[in-house]
Amino acid sequence: MTLDLIFFLILALISVSTALGMLLSRNAVYSALFLVLNFITVAIFYLLLGAPFIAMAQITVYAGAIMVLFLFVIMLLGAEALPQSQVLPRQTFFAGALAVALAIEATLIFLTRARPAGQVTSPDETVNTVTSLRELGMTLFNQYLLPFEVTSILLLVAMIGAIVLIRKEKRVHSQ
Amino acid sequence: MIPINYYIMLSAILFTIGAVGVLIRRNALIIFMSVELMLNAANLAFVAFSSVIKSFSGQIFVFFVIAVAAAEVAVGLALIVEIFKSKRSIDVDQMSSLKG
Repeated sequence: MTLDLIFFLILALISVSTALGMLLSRNAVYSALFLVLNFITVAIFYLLLGAPFIAMAQITVYAGAIMVLFLFVIMLLGAEALPQSQVLPRQTFFAGALAVALAIEATLIFLTRARPAGQVTSPDETVNTVTSLRELGMTLFNQYLLPFEVTSILLLVAMIGAIVLIRKEKRVHSQ
Repeated sequence: MIPINYYIMLSAILFTIGAVGVLIRRNALIIFMSVELMLNAANLAFVAFSSVIKSFSGQIFVFFVIAVAAAEVAVGLALIVEIFKSKRSIDVDQMSSLKG
């Protein structure tokens, strides 16, 4: 049992328990904060996997921007403690059964179809971080330039869409 | 050295928790957060595989997934705010009519 593995297991435990906390907590604000913690642990996993750029993007975009937006909306709507509505009969039971089936299936497919059990190298064994970042940028802006540009259009469309959705209601009120 | 299978197992567990969240919670915001959790689980698998095959393509795909998730959240939260304005609730069980 190496130090790496112990570190991984502790982080995995935190990650899974914060995900469960997100799922089970009754207060939406607590759910959002649990999810922030989960995103941060996933970012640390990215660092362990030798992907520092993705780890930082994860923290700034997910844990920073997206979750702040979530918290804004929760507090704007005052929706932090909505009463649980009448669920369908035995919904939780069926959901649990389906979840177990999904977990087994996903694990089996990954384990049988994946490449023969590779080992993940820890960051210090990989190439120099600066070099690897440069290569990442070169790949992004050469091989994947078109998807990158399409992403910018997608973000623009999403921004316009959000503004239009909010503005329409205002115009109806003013009429 | 951590076997890739551990990361894949963790990714599968996180994805399943997200799927359960979509199935059992009725609060639209929590369902949204569960979708984000599932996207994250998929991202973790992507980065793990990209680290094993020593290719940047997986990481770049994760970058695009993060961008798409940001766009999705912007539009989705705008929709939730609109629904809350008209129905005074974000319970998905009550979103049963197409108009109004």
